[in-house]
Amino acid sequence: MRKPSLTVEIAGLKLKNPVLTASGTFGFGAEYTPFVDLNRLGAVVVKSLTLKPREGNSPPRIVETPAGILNSIGLQNPGVERFLGEHLPYLRQFSTPVIVSIAGNTIEEYVAAAEKLAGANGVSALELNISCPNVKQGGLQFGVDPLGAAEVTRAVKRAADLPVIVKLSPNVTSITGMAKTVAEAGADALSLINTLSGMAIDIYRRRPVLGNITGGLSGPAIRPVAVRAVWEVYRAVKLPLIGMGGIACAADAIEFIMAGARAVAVGTANFLNPRATIEIVKGIERYLEENGIGDINELVGAAHSF
Amino acid sequence: MRYFPAVEISRQEKLAADCYRISFISPEIAGLARPGQFLHVRINPGLEPLLRRPFSVHAVNQRTGEIALLYRVVGRGTRLLAQKKKGDLLDLIGPLGRGFTLPAAGQNVALVAGGIGIAPLYFLLQTLAGAGNSPDVLLGARTAGELFLASEVRELAGKAAVLAATDDGSYGHRAPVTELLAKLLAEKKVEIVYACGPAAMLKVVASLLEQYGVDGEISLEERMGCGVGACLSCVCKMRDKKGQDVSYRRVCLEGPVFKAREVVWQDFG
Repeated sequence: MRKPSLTVEIAGLKLKNPVLTASGTFGFGAEYTPFVDLNRLGAVVVKSLTLKPREGNSPPRIVETPAGILNSIGLQNPGVERFLGEHLPYLRQFSTPVIVSIAGNTIEEYVAAAEKLAGANGVSALELNISCPNVKQGGLQFGVDPLGAAEVTRAVKRAADLPVIVKLSPNVTSITGMAKTVAEAGADALSLINTLSGMAIDIYRRRPVLGNITGGLSGPAIRPVAVRAVWEVYRAVKLPLIGMGGIACAADAIEFIMAGARAVAVGTANFLNPRATIEIVKGIERYLEENGIGDINELVGAAHSF
Repeated sequence: MRYFPAVEISRQEKLAADCYRISFISPEIAGLARPGQFLHVRINPGLEPLLRRPFSVHAVNQRTGEIALLYRVVGRGTRLLAQKKKGDLLDLIGPLGRGFTLPAAGQNVALVAGGIGIAPLYFLLQTLAGAGNSPDVLLGARTAGELFLASEVRELAGKAAVLAATDDGSYGHRAPVTELLAKLLAEKKVEIVYACGPAAMLKVVASLLEQYGVDGEISLEERMGCGVGACLSCVCKMRDKKGQDVSYRRVCLEGPVFKAREVVWQDFG
């Protein structure tokens, strides 16, 4: 039998397989090259960048919870300029598309960051992080407000000649409402979901564990919530979806694909298993072979026609 | 740094209440590891615990390739690690991080360990002893029971002085170990101090080093995610070399060993 086809297309980007890295869990790629051949990934999604460097939140920034982690990094990043000078040249040597996640305090900051990145050689798409729960500004105020989300999407689309993927927050009443709004505003694809807002308390010290008090929950604990979000959004909009939230193995990834995701992103699992992304690519391929499926695209949304 | 998905445990020893030493044979890690570096350990293949746990390389036997990690049971991860037995497998990434800068030949060196902080300093002592350097070793603990490595340290230190202090006076001097350091720095020309222990102890060590104008390196701990510099979870606030600009640096990548004068101590611990 012929090798099954794993290639997918997201917003005009041809990906050799549907497995991406989730922003914030894979640094700028170089951190994982001792474990992973970046050429074998569908795309690398880098840590969110802001126009200017950001210091991030006070530690502790991470705490383990049942089958999950709460983090509150607070968008620490070197800023767009240093990314272009210090990190992007390294990523250019790989054939894998680089998707740059951006965040900002204001629409002007998103736009300025997008313009700079669009002019650089080696940036294949932008992911708008409007869903970071860990900063007072620069994220979720756009992600929970449909008008703000639409406005930032439109502004970045106008400013940058690149595919724009909008990453949605689960911390909203209706994720399908948000999805429709940003789809109408011109988004080319959607990533879902970002972390769920949560917190943990140290009962011996009688205080919140995280320096920022609250954080974003990720990991296998949130997977069912994310699968449900992908399922609902798949029915609500026509855009290609990138599913993420607790994917740790190929079976998890296939679950998202059957719910309607055309690609998936692996986040927290990189911390447990630095080769998780590659193992998931291989596992998906094996599943297709074992089940006589010639093309991964046949599985996208397959669970909707049960 | 390399990935070792299945390393067989050769020994699990309970050294004191809640304190364990777990060992495995890995000539590759033994060859790569430098004092102060750590291994990122996945304790179970499932989701409990979810994250890896970082442990300093505690001892290396270059002849047999046996590596030891020293740990205290402080939470779920270490509780599960303590249940592991000889023959069980561990999943390791490492050696990771930046270790101690080794002294030049003939430099006067002191090691200051608070409690389980002896973990990385023991490997440093092994390395120094191997190079013919005999550092002063100051061991601090709450009680005599926590000084379980004192005799092994004495054996390794050879002719160098090993002094101990306990909070309750059940062994050695009844004083914080930092009082022993203050006395040592006042009496002897020490050129480099290496320290590991609780935050409160490290803060005092750093201020003594500043007072006496002595260089020092300290090994820090912080809650860690990836261990390879990607997630930016395990940061501590540091000054740059000129003591000016302050920024967060990653304990897993730029550390876990830092110059004592770089750490912004008021924000630490």
